[in-house]
Amino acid sequence: MEECLQTIADYGLRSIGIGQRLLPKDNFTLCQQMTLIGSGMIWNIYFGICALIFGFFFATALAVGKAAQSVWLRKPSEWFIFLFRGSPLFIQFFFAYFLFLSLKGVSPIFNPFTAAWLGALIVLFCNTAAYTGEIFYGALRSIPKGDVEAADAYGLTGMPRFKRIIWPTMLRLAWPAYTNEAIFLFHATTLVFFTGFPAWQQRGDALYYANYFADKTFNPFVPYPILAGYFIILTLIVISGFGFVNRRLNRHLPQEHRSKLKLRANIIR
Amino acid sequence: MGFYASFGTVLLLLAITAPTALAFGFFGASAARSNVAPLRWLGKGYISVVRGVPDIAFFLFFIIALDQGIEYLRHKVTCSDWDQPIRQGNDFIVCDAAKMPLGSAPQWMHESYGFALAVLTFAIVFGAFAANVLFGAMRAVPRAQIETAEAYGMTRKQSFWRILVPQMWVFALPGLSNLWMVLIKATPLLFLLGIEDIVYWARELGGTKTSRFTDYPHGDWRVWYFLFLLIFYLAFTKVSEIVLERLMTRLTHGQATTGGEAQRKAA
Repeated sequence: MEECLQTIADYGLRSIGIGQRLLPKDNFTLCQQMTLIGSGMIWNIYFGICALIFGFFFATALAVGKAAQSVWLRKPSEWFIFLFRGSPLFIQFFFAYFLFLSLKGVSPIFNPFTAAWLGALIVLFCNTAAYTGEIFYGALRSIPKGDVEAADAYGLTGMPRFKRIIWPTMLRLAWPAYTNEAIFLFHATTLVFFTGFPAWQQRGDALYYANYFADKTFNPFVPYPILAGYFIILTLIVISGFGFVNRRLNRHLPQEHRSKLKLRANIIR
Repeated sequence: MGFYASFGTVLLLLAITAPTALAFGFFGASAARSNVAPLRWLGKGYISVVRGVPDIAFFLFFIIALDQGIEYLRHKVTCSDWDQPIRQGNDFIVCDAAKMPLGSAPQWMHESYGFALAVLTFAIVFGAFAANVLFGAMRAVPRAQIETAEAYGMTRKQSFWRILVPQMWVFALPGLSNLWMVLIKATPLLFLLGIEDIVYWARELGGTKTSRFTDYPHGDWRVWYFLFLLIFYLAFTKVSEIVLERLMTRLTHGQATTGGEAQRKAA
């Protein structure tokens, strides 16, 4: 037990470079595997949360752009969404990494972009913005006509109408699908360190460490179930957090009209 | 040359995996709505285990687990007089005769064995997704259709094969076409399973250290190779979208849904 506490102190923050420098080489204990894989989860959570928060605002802009009358607003949004939804995230990561790598030769400004914390975050941000943008666009088109007409009758126009009527309704309608999107995003973060982005000083994410252990021990039956366990917990946390927001968005509606969160099978991109 | 052949590998994988995964999905969904409780648990468990876990972890897990599982079984059968434990610390040791493929086998055997494992892995993971879609589709078939079948005196089996199965496809198609798109987009993951696929070749050929393949050294072209792959996948998904749209119109024909009704009125 004390040995395990020592391991946690040594490796608990290993993925962000605090604690023991060298990874254990052999005789892996269960505790070491749990600690290191859990430490890797810090990266998954970092990528997921940052991409979700920044992506949310960009997605709103994309959805409004795609629903706009003007061709100049609509076409770029449509193309952006098609580009990121139509191609594999895996290839996007590779392409972005090598793009940043060659840009690095042009100007040293691009140096941080080749590191995972920024480069991969940009790819994830664009990707989730495109998927969420499509969800929001669908919700935008299914806003009840009566709501908008009522807003018009009250003399609301332009920005106040969008902020008070359209945007909240759009969020409420899109929220169940958006929850699924958030779960997929967290799962997609595991791809980062398999796509060229180097895990500098072996500071990788959860799957990176799980793969490390599986390679070293030739025994996939321990590290991957640990990883799965962590992800199931993370998924449950995401669901409860989004469920809380969902209840708030629906609180003005009578009980039977409230939309429930429906969770669908997860899907790779 | 290997670069062009690898496109064939990807297409071959899609061609084999799609029907296999659909078959897995069909059995999974049928099992999940079975009357026999253990079979139902098995089907439901299969569907729900794949949810909630990153799929890439499944790929990495199954590729080793399947390999070791097969070798373990062969070991039990072929070398019964082996007295040492199979797991010795960090090593997984089976007798030589149980190695899969045999150490003496030619190179192409090794490659096709790896490919077969990859296909099986894809089929298991996507089979669970397909099972989920088909399970939903079976429940979406209007209840009245089944009741009519029962009223005609059909048995449970008859009404399943003659009424439910033909009608469920139209409900399953949106989900299945989504799945097809996802499957296309999952093919680059082959790279992680150790297959020399498009991603592998794009990295090798585009890199600067290409003297193994060509006499013309060039700069870092990996950006362009991956840009090409990006466009390849975009075109592939676009074409699939158009084809699936057509298929949907065909399947809706004559169905008891709003889409079918709209088609009937338009005609």
